[in-house]
Amino acid sequence: MDGDICATATTPPDSDPARKRRVHGMLKLYYGLNEEGKTVDQAESMNPCDINGTHFDPEVYLNKLRRECSLGELMDQESCMVKQIRSLDSDMQTLVYENYNKFISATDTIRKMKNDFKKMEDEMDCLSTNMAAITEFSAHISGTLQDQHAQITKLSGVHTLLRKLQFLFELPARLNKCLELQAYSQAVSSHRRARCVLQQYSHMPSFRGIQDDCHAIMDKLAQELRQKFRDGGSSAKDLSECVELLLQLDEPAEELCDKFLIHAQSRLEANLRGLEAELRPPLSSGPTSVIDPSIGPARRLSAAPTAGSPTDPTSLGNPFLSSSSRTDILEFIDRGCNEFVSSLCLVIASYQELFVNRPQEGNLASKNIPHMAIGKLHAFVDAMATCYFSLVERRIQEEKSVGDNSLLVRALDRFHRRLQAVAKLLPGSAVPSQGTEIVVRAARERIQQYLAALQSFYLDSLRDVRQALAAPRLGGSSAGGGSHLAGPATGKDAPASLPELLSSLSASILNQIKSVMASVQLFTAKDITFSNKPYFKGEFCSQGVRESLVVNFIKFVCQSSRQFCESVGDRGGSTPPALLLLLSRLCLDYETSTITYILTLTDEQFLVQVLFNHEKCVQGLIISQMLRKSVETRDWVNTIEPRNVRAVMKRVVEDTTSIDVQVSLLYEEGTRKAHSSDSSKRTFSVYSGSRQQTRYAPSYTPSAAMDTNFLSNIHKLFSERIDIFSPVEFNKVSVVTGIIKISLKTFLECVRLRTFGRYGLQQIQVDCNYLQMYLWRFVSDENLVHFLLDEIVGSTAHRCLDPAPMEQSVIEVICERG
Amino acid sequence: MTEEELIPTSSSLLSFSLFPCCRPLSVSLSRSPSLSPPLFLSPPLSFPQIHIIDFDDENNIISKSVLLHQAGEIWHISASPADKAVLSTCYNKTSESRVVTCGAVWRMPPEWESGSHESPDDPHNSHNPQNLELLCHLDNSAHGNASSVLWEPMGDGTRVISLADNHALLWDLTESSTQATISSSATLEGKGQLKFTSGKWGPHHNCTQLATANDTAIRGWDLRTMSQIYCIENAHGQLVRDLDFNPNKQYYLASCGDDCKVKFWDVRNINEPVKSLEEHSHWVWSVRYNHSHDQLVLTGSSDSRVILSNMVSISSEPFGHLVDDDDLSDGEDNHQYDKSKEPLQDSIISTYEEHEDSVYAVEWSSADPWLFASLSYDGRLVINRVPRALKYHILL
Repeated sequence: MDGDICATATTPPDSDPARKRRVHGMLKLYYGLNEEGKTVDQAESMNPCDINGTHFDPEVYLNKLRRECSLGELMDQESCMVKQIRSLDSDMQTLVYENYNKFISATDTIRKMKNDFKKMEDEMDCLSTNMAAITEFSAHISGTLQDQHAQITKLSGVHTLLRKLQFLFELPARLNKCLELQAYSQAVSSHRRARCVLQQYSHMPSFRGIQDDCHAIMDKLAQELRQKFRDGGSSAKDLSECVELLLQLDEPAEELCDKFLIHAQSRLEANLRGLEAELRPPLSSGPTSVIDPSIGPARRLSAAPTAGSPTDPTSLGNPFLSSSSRTDILEFIDRGCNEFVSSLCLVIASYQELFVNRPQEGNLASKNIPHMAIGKLHAFVDAMATCYFSLVERRIQEEKSVGDNSLLVRALDRFHRRLQAVAKLLPGSAVPSQGTEIVVRAARERIQQYLAALQSFYLDSLRDVRQALAAPRLGGSSAGGGSHLAGPATGKDAPASLPELLSSLSASILNQIKSVMASVQLFTAKDITFSNKPYFKGEFCSQGVRESLVVNFIKFVCQSSRQFCESVGDRGGSTPPALLLLLSRLCLDYETSTITYILTLTDEQFLVQVLFNHEKCVQGLIISQMLRKSVETRDWVNTIEPRNVRAVMKRVVEDTTSIDVQVSLLYEEGTRKAHSSDSSKRTFSVYSGSRQQTRYAPSYTPSAAMDTNFLSNIHKLFSERIDIFSPVEFNKVSVVTGIIKISLKTFLECVRLRTFGRYGLQQIQVDCNYLQMYLWRFVSDENLVHFLLDEIVGSTAHRCLDPAPMEQSVIEVICERG
Repeated sequence: MTEEELIPTSSSLLSFSLFPCCRPLSVSLSRSPSLSPPLFLSPPLSFPQIHIIDFDDENNIISKSVLLHQAGEIWHISASPADKAVLSTCYNKTSESRVVTCGAVWRMPPEWESGSHESPDDPHNSHNPQNLELLCHLDNSAHGNASSVLWEPMGDGTRVISLADNHALLWDLTESSTQATISSSATLEGKGQLKFTSGKWGPHHNCTQLATANDTAIRGWDLRTMSQIYCIENAHGQLVRDLDFNPNKQYYLASCGDDCKVKFWDVRNINEPVKSLEEHSHWVWSVRYNHSHDQLVLTGSSDSRVILSNMVSISSEPFGHLVDDDDLSDGEDNHQYDKSKEPLQDSIISTYEEHEDSVYAVEWSSADPWLFASLSYDGRLVINRVPRALKYHILL
């Protein structure tokens, strides 16, 4: 019954369910009902026969009872209901009684509260009167004390004034004392405190005197400070203190900046001179021009490199200047970093501390010192860095030996790393980017050097090969007019050494390239800081290494080979033909595969696959074109009885063999599935004997043709699907297998487009048998060839007007004769 | 989605020519069902058939009716755009140990047309197949072997082009297609034995354009003057196998060939292809633009793969659709919405490898733009659907 309130809230049919639900939710929360309770209520409440629902209609209920129940049930129902009504009545009575009791006690409580509040009100009144009295008293007291307070204030004012005056009068003496004790900062601060007052009261003679005294002393102090500043021997901290004091004394900041920078410059230049001295130890005429402090720093510095440049040629031409006599580049850079760069950083830091980052106070703020100071600093740093960079670059250029690249890379790395510190200190500076440029230039130069080294190596090895070839040839020619066959000993030597020479030549060139690659790779190693610069990430790899190093080298090889060819025409037999042969072979190899190989060294693995597949396709293409033309141009319906294997098939086998040989020169064998001892014969008989017979023998009768199709389908189901177009791996078998697969697939497709006569089918049988005999040895899995050739013969049989296969024995005879 | 293995049930029949036409379309007579994959493989000694495959999209039921084509094995088949019971074929005729390829126009028997073809479960279906009724021969014995017959796209079914050796012949069909007369012809001239391998009648420019392929070249013809308008020499490294016009962009053309490539051309600039795909590993036999969403391109190859690619960058549909955001109540929904608006890249949508043998034909359904069929040598017809996610992406 308690749920009724809730039920009334839920029953109205909802027009906006979402909002209703929210209202429900709140009500539900209030009455502490859960979800189940609500739904039960809702379901019950809609039923007019539900005695507990709000929609309860006694008439309906009664009718329903009357309709549905028997008399006995009605009686039971009635007694049950009477019982329920009774219990409900008694429940209600107890409830009313309890509620009445509660109501009585509540009334009592309220009455009691009323009494209590009256008492409290009286007490509050009393309190407020007391407070008023207190206020009156305190006002009275402050009034009487007023006079004395004013007097005290006045007296204390006089006292402070007197103290100030005393300070003023004592000021000159105190300043003098400070000067004596060299407590400059104290003096300056005292003076600053007094300065305004003195200025204000300077019309009074006594104050005037003090002011003059102070001025004199302060001038002296400033003089002393300037002297100290100029001396330069003092530490950086002292220096900065000096500058700060001078600034406080209203010295012009610009002048101070200049002085500071000049001072720093002299020290940095000492460092540079040290470095330069290392560059050319025996020379005395370095750019040691003593710098005139009156010239602006930028102009003066730009003069420094020009002063040094005339000495460069002499330094390069100096025979004593072998690289061994000097420190290596790593040491040089190290020294540069430790001395020059670190002191430059120090200068920048203290300069910024002094002029740029100072808290601006008073009239100093108006002069916009930081702006001016930063400008000066940038000019200064740029100028100094240019000097330094020119030195470093000269040093790098002298690094000509190709041998150990890691030293150079490490030096460059250190150089680059230290410049990062400058970049951090001076964010807007161009120095780091210039430094990076130097590194990039050095890398490029290095690549050029490597290219030159490679080229010279190539020429050297070529010359060696020539000599090796020429030596036996000379011997041979003396024996019998240059004919190798006449002199067996020499004749044997020369041809035998040809492949060896070829392999050693290409191997040594490859090795050289590999080693160059390895050392160039140092530039992009992970732990080198500049390797993640955009240049080294992208352009260096693609343009630098790939294009200018590898491709240029290959171009050079081609060019030199061509020169050899041309020189043959000019000078007759001066170039040994064997060398030409060798070269052509080398070029051919490079053309077909080695270039791919070298390029793959530089490129990523996936590119390898692409190039390789392409090569496979290109070679496969030639054969497939040949096959396609051969199938398409023939009239297969009216062909004659086969007597021979067609010439095209022989060509195919020949070409495959030559490709196999060519590829095997360069690639290792690779794995292949084990052959049976007599692969060509045994598998062949299976292939064309039993299976072939079942395949088209029954096709004379229409009912059996279905069986052949079923057979072939079932056969396909059980034989694992052969993936014809898997990517090539790096070995000979895989390459040749790929070529053969593509060729045979092409053959199959062409056959399916044609219609054959009886002899056409037989010719194809013969051809396939021939291919079967020769091709199995090239592939990794001979089943593949079987499968494809099987398909070809099968398709031909389907496309045949008069499928009468040839006897297996006849085929074999024809093939063997061919 | 659906895959049916068509193992020939009647004796020694291998030739299937299939209509994957769908129910809604066979009801509407205004447009004809597109004829799908011509499959042309049959032993010349047996009786080739045309199989009409009816694919009920809703219930995934395939039903098949078979018509006999007694004239010879079929190499090419295409349907009249006006009358769905009329179709043309190119077939091989063997006479006196000579094989000649002819073209002819046929009418399907009225039983089929009235829609009373058997239910799919009827096993007697293929046992007494109907014969096709010959309307007329496209008699071109003077001109050589026909390689394909093309109907005027969206025409009234009275104009037909047949490609025979090196001739393109334009026929007028009169007297309800029973009379065929040559109205004009063009001849390809040059060195060697030139031969058209395939062609396509362009649907643009009032249907005045024809594109043909011979060997490695693609040529465009103006049908009003029957003269060549452009020639893409060496369009492919090897033989060009198939062509298709972009249905929505008038100068765009797709081609495929033996060099395993699919190329897209803008015929206004024939020096180089707009785009080139190299996904197949053997000859590509067929390329088809989707009829309504031309970024969807279907290719079938003898590496037994069918590849569906999404060529957004050269399609007629703009990158970002201007969809006005309706007030979506949920924030999450909005987020997903933004994501989907990023332009799609050109990509392979999927590669279908259900076929065991070379796929010779692929075709889109003309009724449902998301449905396509492919057919391979072993007689397996596969009907597939464009992935649902992509479909919604294109539609929304």
